[in-house]
This record gives sequence, structure tokens and C-alpha cells, in this order.
Amino acid sequence: MIRAHVLICGGTGCTSSGSNKIQEAFAANLAECGLTEEVKIVQTGCFGLCALGPVVIVYPDGTFYSRVTTDDVKEIVSEHLLKGRIVSRLVYNDIEGEAPVSGNVSLNDTNFYKSQKRVVLRNCGVINPESIDEYIAMDGYAALGKVLTSMTPKDVIQVVTDSGLRGRGGGGFPTGRKWSLCADGPQKYVVCNADEGDPGAFMDRSVLEGDPHCIIEAMTICGYAVGASKGYVYVRAEYPIAVTRLQIAIDQAREYGLLGENIFDSGFSFDLEIRLGAGAFVCGEETALMTSIEGNRGEPKPRPPYPAVKGLYGCPTVENNVETFANIPQIILNGAEWFASMGTEKSKGTKVFALGGKINHTGLVEIPMGITLDKIINEIGGGIPNGKKFKAAQTGGPSGGCIPASLINTEVDYDNLVALGCMMGSGGLIVMDEDNCMVDMAKFFLEFTVDESCGKCTPCRVGTKRLLELLDKITEGKGTLEDIDKIEELSNYIKQNSLCGLGQTAPNPVLATLKFFRDEYIAHVVDKKCPAGVCKSLLSFSIDKDTCIGCGKCAKNCPVDAITKTDYVAPGHKLASYTIDTAKCIKCGACIAGCKFGAISKK
Amino acid sequence: MKSLAELQAIKERMQSKVVLREGTADKRVVVGMATCGIAAGARPVLNAFVEQVNAQGLTANITVTQTGCIGICQYEPVVEVFEAGKEKVTYVKMTAEKVARVIEEHLKGGKPVVEYTLSNNKI
Repeated sequence: MIRAHVLICGGTGCTSSGSNKIQEAFAANLAECGLTEEVKIVQTGCFGLCALGPVVIVYPDGTFYSRVTTDDVKEIVSEHLLKGRIVSRLVYNDIEGEAPVSGNVSLNDTNFYKSQKRVVLRNCGVINPESIDEYIAMDGYAALGKVLTSMTPKDVIQVVTDSGLRGRGGGGFPTGRKWSLCADGPQKYVVCNADEGDPGAFMDRSVLEGDPHCIIEAMTICGYAVGASKGYVYVRAEYPIAVTRLQIAIDQAREYGLLGENIFDSGFSFDLEIRLGAGAFVCGEETALMTSIEGNRGEPKPRPPYPAVKGLYGCPTVENNVETFANIPQIILNGAEWFASMGTEKSKGTKVFALGGKINHTGLVEIPMGITLDKIINEIGGGIPNGKKFKAAQTGGPSGGCIPASLINTEVDYDNLVALGCMMGSGGLIVMDEDNCMVDMAKFFLEFTVDESCGKCTPCRVGTKRLLELLDKITEGKGTLEDIDKIEELSNYIKQNSLCGLGQTAPNPVLATLKFFRDEYIAHVVDKKCPAGVCKSLLSFSIDKDTCIGCGKCAKNCPVDAITKTDYVAPGHKLASYTIDTAKCIKCGACIAGCKFGAISKK
Repeated sequence: MKSLAELQAIKERMQSKVVLREGTADKRVVVGMATCGIAAGARPVLNAFVEQVNAQGLTANITVTQTGCIGICQYEPVVEVFEAGKEKVTYVKMTAEKVARVIEEHLKGGKPVVEYTLSNNKI
């Protein structure tokens, strides 16, 4: 008889930090202690605290172990599972000033979790994603049952409309409206956009890995509501774990008759197929995505006609993002009022953010709309590492903008972000500190869009390239004030004239940094300095001859022999100090990294 | 899947297997499982609790877990029962045979089995 469950995270983050080995070690150690019949090992999806992986939770105590190594497993098994003594040194605890009482800290009490509200991620890290039975135990497919046996398609659309749910892929279009706009026709389709391409975003992947059945259930509900009999999930091929688990889930649902003909004896039939994307960012754009499903090169088409009228194979199609779908079963089960009670006036419900960059708790968080950025970064995210100062947060990836430190009290929802020239995007949130150069950041995202532009329309194909060249000029210290004006003009032109969302939003990182950090651009142009010390062309390295003790470590580290000994011996030192030949220096920073005496500086 | 009843049947069958992870049970049975406890026979006691709680479908309300040394080694196996808003009850010198009565009278009936408790065994 099972008395304890050991949940091991099998998300991509923890898998890459070795959770498969941890699982094997648990199996071996449990067998050795004769506990195989008493303790069950469950591989789950992402818990959210990816930076602390591999993560293990032991139930019923709810003990949260972080950064577990295979060597720790023996101790957890022999101490905690056999003798009931929690291994305190491995227990995660971010509650300041409080030592773990009796060694146990429940997950829900930690700062990271206590402000979160898990709707989309409610099963992630709780159930085994490869078990349809565990999903059903957590009310899975109950929403589909309710819809098919007691609601008309119109009722379903009404509930979704009343809930105020808006598309989580970035645009924020009301989901209920999207469904109701779906035109009449003999054949219609439902498409799930899981082509999550923003650098730093991984919420859709985590949902597919941790709770794949909820997407199947939601798409079937959507199919019933709009009258579609066929659905496609478009997933990136770079998400192998998500693809595998989703396929397992589809097979299980078919076996149970939750996909296929005459579901719940209602006369409604629906089936799903996975389509793999080859990793082009533009395929996250709905018309390009559908073109790609059809087997053609992923290029966008002009809208209108919108997919709701003429989409996949020329038929009316409803396309939603993974996170949007993940909300649907909960809305059906708990009602529109329940959902609408969370969030702000115009942005209801919760939003999942992938926290990354200069932040202590890198990972996945789900919070009600309208929480301040300050709370996300400093409370849930655990603040900035190494006592550095928060400078800005980048939202929406290459399509979004940034929120500067002065606006840290902004309540995060769709409309507030748009008002700042930002956008919610799919939910990547990259935190930057004083060591990040905003011009360099804008350049990074623009390089990405230049690479990913499909080339179909000129403003995007040529415009972004020219824009990048102007930014390059500035970071190399060759820019003029006139260039800054040109950047603004060109950015606005690209926004207004590009064919699809990729081009229309590509200049956003540039425009947002120009709006909030214009002084940094000016410092690059007028003073020829990079205030954050990032842009290499504007830096020069030097050794303070009186601090240098002459150990020669820097000269050894230097890959281009730019550092040589001088004749000068500083007072109190025995050896002659060193100097850098700036003409030879490639500014790699290897000397600074090697100097224990802080004698080398970059300015 | 042709009916809601079928879905409900799977849900009921599975629920007892995942409820462990919710931590919502209001009664907690804690078995002392340090070396002293195990030596005195705490393992059969723990197993008896787990089996009987599961068999009677009480997993949603009762969590069975273990702890280290409680500090009264001569009275092992020791079992503590915690219930929200009530004082902790400590059972001493437990055996697998005594478990059924604790479940029946205390956990289900609400009345502690006084003759098994610490207060009834003079220290």
C-alpha cells in the first residue's frame, strides 16, 4: 500500500539538470530499503523553480527538496522515507529570517509560491502527465463532459465571452469573440498555437509537458463550440518532451473515446493531430502557421480575410495559444464569474510569466493579472542577484518593449503594458540590472528579428536590416544624433507598413529603449561611452600601475599577448607592474577575470 | 467514453491515489520512525495505518505520515494524532493490532482510545 509519493520534475529544465538520473537513483535506493511497495515515484511536469532544479517533492508532507544530486538521494530515502526525518539541508526555504521549523517548509508557504495563483499550471508538478487517469482524478475531462451533455455551443461561447478571457499569445484578443466570429461552413478547424518562439519564454512548453490533457480537452470543447471536427496542435520540433507527452496523451484520449467519434454519446466527433514546426519564429504568426500546417513554406498572408472566415485549407478556423486553451476547462467548471473575479477590469484571470535574466528565481510563475512588477521581481522572483540595482524588465520578447525601474509599480495587465509601448507578449519577462546596456539589448532582439524575418515584405526584410546597421553604428561609437532620429523614423515606418505581426512589432524593443533610455543612446553617440560597460568598441581596458603587484596572471590569460611588463615598480611592491597595449587588446575581459587585486578596469 | 458515469468511475477510482498530494486532510497520524521506533516495531504499525485508512476510503481526511524520534524511546512505537483545533493525542507502545481500534473509535468516532495513550501509561 502506497503511503508516500516522490514527485520528480521531468520538465525540460530539470531534465537537463539531470532529473532522469535522480529518478533512477530513487528507484534503486527504494528497492534497497525495501520501500518499493510503500513509496511511489511520479514524474511530473514543471514546478516553476527551474533555477533550483532538479526539484523533488515528497508527499504527504509536501517537503520541497531543491538542487538534489544523485548522492543526496540515498540520504532522502534512508532518512526521510524510511525514518521520517526530513533532510533539512536540502529543503528549499526563501522565507527570510526564519529557520525552517522542524525542518519542513511547505511549498505553499514560500515567497515564490504564496502570491501565485495557479489556474493554467494547476496540474503542472502535481500529476503524472503521461497518465490520463491522474488527470481525470483532478477533474479532468469533467468540463468536456459538462459541455457535451448539458450545454449548447452557444452557451459555451457565452461562458467564455462572459469570463473576459483574452488571447494569451500576445495580442490579447477576446477569446469568446474570436470563437463567435467563426463563420459557417461544412468543414471548420481548431488550431492550437504551440510555436513558442520568443527567446526566454517557456510557459507553453511547460503546460504541454506537465498537463497535455488539458489542451486536448480545451480544443475539443472549442471544436464543439464552433462546430469543428478536426484540430491541429502546431508544436516546435525543438520541444521533444512536449511532443512525446502530447502524443501519448492523444493516444490515451482516443483509447478512452474522449477523442474520436460520438464523444459522450453526444453525436459530436473530434480528433486531433500534431504538426511539427521547424523552428521559424514567423510560424508563430497565425496565417504563417496555417500555411505551414498545409505543408507550404511558412509565410504570412494579408488579413483580412481573417482565419475565422478563411483559414486552414481555406476553411473557417479558430486559432488559440496553448495558455489560452489551458484556461478553458477551468472556466467551464468554475463558471465565468469565478474567472472574471481574478485580475483587473479589462484583463481577467491569471498570466504565466517565464522569469529570466538577472533574477534570483529563474522559472515559471502564474499570477493574477494586475500584480505590480515590483511584486513579481522582488517578492516572487526573489530580487536581483549580487545586490545589483534593477534597471528594466523586458516583456514580450522581440515584439515587446521594456519597463524601466521608475515604473516598477506598474500593474501588469494588457492595457497598462500597451500604454507603455510594451506588450504582454506570450509572457517572457527578462530582468535587467545596471550591468545591462539598453542599446545592446535592443540590438540583440533586432538581430533575432532580422534573422527570423521571412522576407516576404520589404519593410520587414530590408527595414529591420537597415535598422540593425544603424544600431551597430551607434554601439561602435560611430553614430551621430541624426542617426537616432533616423532610427525613430525608420522604426515607425516598419511598424506601419509590414505585412504581419513580426514586422509590425519588430521595432518595439528599439522604440521602447529610446523612449525610456534615450540618455544611454546619447552617451553612446556624443560621449562615445557605454554607461553599462557592455559595448566593446567603446571600452578600453587599463591596469592601475600602483595597484598591480606584478604577478603576471593577466599576461598569461591574455589570448593576444596585449599585456606586457613595464619597468615601474610601485612603492611597497617587489615586482614591476604590467600594462595593456590598447591597440592589440580585443577586450575579451580575460585579464579582469583573472586579476585578484582589482587592478584592471574597463571604462 | 460514452457517459459521465464512466468518467466519474475513473475519477473515484483514481482520486484516492492522488489525494495524498493535496495536503488537505484535517487529521494527521504521525508514526515515530527513528531507529528506536523501527526497532520496537513501528513499521508494521505504520503499514497497518496506511492499509486500513486506504481500505476504508479515508485518505481524503486522514494523512498518515512519519516523523523522527519523539523522545520517549521506552514507549515506542509512538503514534501521534493531530487534528485541527484539538489537542494532540499520543499513543504509546502501539501494535498493528491496536490500529483498528484507533481508527474506528478515534479517527472515525472522535473519541481517543484512552487506554492506549501516554497519559494512561505512567512515566
